[in-house]
Amino acid sequence: MFTDDAGKGGISAGGPGSSENSTRRTGGDLVQLITPAGERISHPEFDSWLQDVSDEQLGSLYEDMVVIRRIDAEATALQRQGELALWPPLLGQEASQIGSARALREDDFVFPSYRDNGVAYCRGVKPEDLVRAWRGNASAGWDPFTVNVATQQIIIGSQSLHATGYAMGIQNDGADCVAVAYFGDGATSEGDVNEAMVFAASFQAPVVFFCQNNHWAISEPVRLQSHIQLADRASGFGIPSMRVDGNDVLAVMAATRIALDRARHGGGPTFIEAVTYRMGPHTTADDPTRYRDANELEDWKAKDPISRLKSLLDRKGLLTADLEAAVAAKADAVAAELRAGTINMPEPAPLDIFKHVYSTPNSWLDRQQEQYSRYLASFGDPAEAASEEGAR
Amino acid sequence: MTQMTFARAINSGLRKSLENDPKVILMGEDIGALGGVFRVTDGLQKDFGKHRVVDTPLAESGIIGTAVGLAYRGYRPVVEIQFDGFIYPAFDQIVSQVAKMHYRTQGAVKMPITIRVPFGGGIGSPEHHSESPEAYFTHTSGLRVISVSNPQDAYTMIQQAIASDDPVLYFEPKRRYHDKGEVDESVDLGTALSMEKARVVTEGKDVTLVAYGPLVKTARDAALAAADEGVSVEVIDLRSLAPLDFATLEASVRKTGRLVITHEAAQSGGLGAEVAASITERCFYHLEAAPVRVTGFDVPYPYSKLEMHHLPGLDRILDGVDRALGRPNSLSGLEG
Repeated sequence: MFTDDAGKGGISAGGPGSSENSTRRTGGDLVQLITPAGERISHPEFDSWLQDVSDEQLGSLYEDMVVIRRIDAEATALQRQGELALWPPLLGQEASQIGSARALREDDFVFPSYRDNGVAYCRGVKPEDLVRAWRGNASAGWDPFTVNVATQQIIIGSQSLHATGYAMGIQNDGADCVAVAYFGDGATSEGDVNEAMVFAASFQAPVVFFCQNNHWAISEPVRLQSHIQLADRASGFGIPSMRVDGNDVLAVMAATRIALDRARHGGGPTFIEAVTYRMGPHTTADDPTRYRDANELEDWKAKDPISRLKSLLDRKGLLTADLEAAVAAKADAVAAELRAGTINMPEPAPLDIFKHVYSTPNSWLDRQQEQYSRYLASFGDPAEAASEEGAR
Repeated sequence: MTQMTFARAINSGLRKSLENDPKVILMGEDIGALGGVFRVTDGLQKDFGKHRVVDTPLAESGIIGTAVGLAYRGYRPVVEIQFDGFIYPAFDQIVSQVAKMHYRTQGAVKMPITIRVPFGGGIGSPEHHSESPEAYFTHTSGLRVISVSNPQDAYTMIQQAIASDDPVLYFEPKRRYHDKGEVDESVDLGTALSMEKARVVTEGKDVTLVAYGPLVKTARDAALAAADEGVSVEVIDLRSLAPLDFATLEASVRKTGRLVITHEAAQSGGLGAEVAASITERCFYHLEAAPVRVTGFDVPYPYSKLEMHHLPGLDRILDGVDRALGRPNSLSGLEG
């Protein structure tokens, strides 16, 4: 419960063959299980968390990553075609999002930022729901309780507190699910993320802070945000952390499983820094060539999360024509669904503007709605009004 | 009926809510063993446990932000912001998250959060301890803002606020914490006056005097003093600051034809401006004179040796009543 002595001692945070001490180490070496060339490196502790990952599941992770890259490309194209006002691409962060989201249980609850579309996809959010807010048809695309994903947060880092509060509620309910806050490197400078870590540590709340260090906060490099590795910040709050290669889907998955397991068993919060790279712009509104060196992008292209997993599959003899065809077909279908869903999205009605401000009637708003309704009605039949306009 | 102080009345209301609904959780700095710096939560942690009455770290954004997460999980958090001037670090969570979550999620996520704010001056405190920040919140859609002026309302309205599925800012006039009054603890929340309604405190026929929170008592005293001079003042306690109960205000102004509003907060952009503008729109042909505001000045809350000049007192309010009546007053002879 919410007491400062709620630590409960926790159970060993490690899985089979692991020890809590090794994951309590903060920052340190970047954990990598798949090299950029697709070679599988063994890691005694992390590997023990991946023993159930079959060849088929490896193929499924590959499919997920290809599909979310395709969603991202399709949404970017829709923005360029004027169908979306804005889009925040996740290009390059596929392994971080798929590896972590596929580690979650259905009853875990995710508090994402605006860029975590791959995470939302894994939770079952429909493709057109991912773009509803960016098209301007709603403030958010989905009902959080149908997929256990809060609506995407635009204020930087705000959701880390919501996740922590939710985790305090889980703790109070005696449940063993976990709240997960997704945020970027820039958010670690925000007060809210720091306050969230204070609260999470104080109450030993079952929350995972999943930081995708994609190296850029719009045009500000991570070195402007922090003089130490982001994972090292957690130790100052008494929160164990891990620093993993964020372009390595297996390393991310293992780290997330370790953190979730710790949280489920009373071990409190964990901070994960997934070191990755935002290969595109912050959003479709900015131009990264103005603020970053082209060579940097080239370096990171060589570490691409999808080609890396593809190489691993190839080395293992799993990259069959059937798999490639199935993955391509799935990506095509999802992209087509996204495009059709976007273009055919119903427009909101004018008076929807007044809906859901309050859950019970509000006299100020009721009056404004009544007045605006009369104003709209003063035009008579809209079709007739349009033809009169034309006749003038 | 029981005689109790204002602070005790809120405490009793909180206790009742904790008893009636296991999802109610109190959170704030020092609200546990200490019982809050004003002792409003005195004894509640002892009786309900640390998981229901939660002492939090000193981080206002953290308190409100975690309350948002708890509301997501189905809880009804009641948070204490220790002093009015400490609410600003939580401003973003209140106006960007608490206020907008229901709208953002098209009604899927409710934010039944009550934010208790001890507010206002007159207790000789240093800066940041005597402010009246209510207008920031009445300007924010999605929030309900109320202020209480007497122990009975304090007891009833805290429970109504907690029961509300919408977020409520509950402004407590800290200089009235020790005032005593009769409280009927058996009140039925269903039939009690809604927290959205204003109340006519003193009936009158010459001038409508509008106040809320700490100044209701001052306004009532001013009405008594005016009566000695043969002026009949109708005092209205707003109770709800957002939305304002214009039906009650209109009925009064149509009767008296004159309007004075008083508050401790700075004048410009304050609640008095909203009342004056809205009543002018709605009752223009019933007004015999322009609405008058008697308020704090547009200054940072002053150090305590000067606060008696800043806070509207009985005489400044009576001077405002004289202005509304066109009687000789401090501004007589000045244009505008």
